Amino acid sequence: MEIIIKVGYLIAAVSFILGLKYMSSPKKAKTGNLIAAMGMVLAVALTFFTPIGHSIPTTNLIIMLVAIAAGTIVGKRYSDKVQMTGMPQLVSLFNATGGGCAMLLGLVEANPMEPRPEILSMQILLIAGLITGAIAFTGSIIAERKLAGKVKDYRTMGVVFSARILLVLMILLPVVYFFGLIPLGFAPFMYFLAFLAMIYGVLFVLPIGGADMPVVISLLNSITGIATAFTGLVYGNKVMIAGGIFVGAAGIFLTLLMCTAMNRSLMKVLAGKFKKSSGTGTEEEQEIKEISVAETALSLSYAQKVAIIPGYGLAVAQAQHVCGQLQQMLEKRDCEVDYIIHPVAGRMPGHMNVLLAEANVDYASLKEMDEGNENMSQYDTVLVIGANDVVNPAAENKPDSPVYGMPIIRAHESKQVIVMKRSMGKGYAGVQNDLFGLDNCSILFGDAKASLQEIINQLKLI
Amino acid sequence: MEFLNQNIEDIYFVIFCIFIGIEVISNVPAILHTPLMSGANAISGVILVGAVYMMLTIPADDYLNLTLGGIAIFLGTLNISGGFFVTGRMLKMFSSKK
Repeated sequence: MEIIIKVGYLIAAVSFILGLKYMSSPKKAKTGNLIAAMGMVLAVALTFFTPIGHSIPTTNLIIMLVAIAAGTIVGKRYSDKVQMTGMPQLVSLFNATGGGCAMLLGLVEANPMEPRPEILSMQILLIAGLITGAIAFTGSIIAERKLAGKVKDYRTMGVVFSARILLVLMILLPVVYFFGLIPLGFAPFMYFLAFLAMIYGVLFVLPIGGADMPVVISLLNSITGIATAFTGLVYGNKVMIAGGIFVGAAGIFLTLLMCTAMNRSLMKVLAGKFKKSSGTGTEEEQEIKEISVAETALSLSYAQKVAIIPGYGLAVAQAQHVCGQLQQMLEKRDCEVDYIIHPVAGRMPGHMNVLLAEANVDYASLKEMDEGNENMSQYDTVLVIGANDVVNPAAENKPDSPVYGMPIIRAHESKQVIVMKRSMGKGYAGVQNDLFGLDNCSILFGDAKASLQEIINQLKLI
Repeated sequence: MEFLNQNIEDIYFVIFCIFIGIEVISNVPAILHTPLMSGANAISGVILVGAVYMMLTIPADDYLNLTLGGIAIFLGTLNISGGFFVTGRMLKMFSSKK
């Protein structure tokens, strides 16, 4: 039996790699997801047959089966109910459950143990899994609450400072403990550590600003993966190690990608800091040209190639579907329509693509930033909807601007830019957008959804 | 030193996994980053394997640990099922007529 289990775990580990690998194209991704899911079911099912020297007590078996059935049903219900705009919250919530599971494992495993030098390395790993799991657990819950708008940023020196003290304590205490200087049993000590780590998780996410959430979600995702890998090392279970590390790697990869895309270092994001604009002297008088819906519709009707640059404002206005309709309409008029999507558009990596896919937008017309920039001069009209900082040319030519250095979509290089905005409010970075003052840029004021709908109505008449 | 000696195979394994992970994931296009994340999230639910193994070894009258373990299994399953279902739902929406 043991060999069957081992081979099963091997198959599961390979299925995870395949699942991730198939994510490289939207066509194969569905199959990949299915393969990984089957690998997971196989790994979990085989674990029930692990030889433990006696039969499984009925109570344990019943608890396990009930918990698995309940978890599956609840998970399915959540995933069916969620709206695509709420995806970041849901991913955070599921991430919290993984972290919570890792933390509980650490606690239960610690119960019969005493600190012993022979199993020191194993106990250190157990502590590492417990701490990372607990941080991911509470951190993800706070992240979910913040994304849902229920918890505000809380950025005081006190929070940042206590978080740092806790971090140091969590590293120092186990060292002191293993030197025998803390007269506690292993289990109470682990409960204490879990408690500290849970508080740390809360304090660590609290000060982080709303727009930095994509970084935090990725990071927490990666922490859960690392917790899984640590626990896997405790059990010497290869499928857990492999799964955990893949997730850890994916999380770190996306975290760094998001940081680059926002021109922020990871340390600054974690400290909740944002570069303040250097003085008010940089504000220049801008001549803004307003454009009407009718004029917008007219210029769209003449365009051969149109690009749409969506930002989170598009999703807030629930305008994705109308946007998709506009695209179909333009395409019927033999106009080519592309979406150019900045990596941080939305609330989590790739979020905007999912929102547009939901609105039946063909994924072939979703372009990444670099591809869009290369062909920018070919676009007759560029519609910027609900995005601001990501199209600010100051990021490229004003070294004293807070957004300087951030990769942007060079909308200003196209023939005509129309920015749809509610008001002249500033973007997240709080800086003036140089694009608005340029000759080829005009602004269409109003709610994105209503304006788009009117453009469609006007286009029907032309 | 002793630790390295005993665990050298695991260390090899961990390092190779890190490289495979980064290699595979850096090929994922930006349009699929959200499903990648929720799919990866589901994979981290493999911690459930550990939770099930642990439950097998808890004595049937140790109610505290059985309760904690039961919750752990519930959370782990929720992570897996929710993660894979929602990833599947998202991926279904990505379509192309061309």
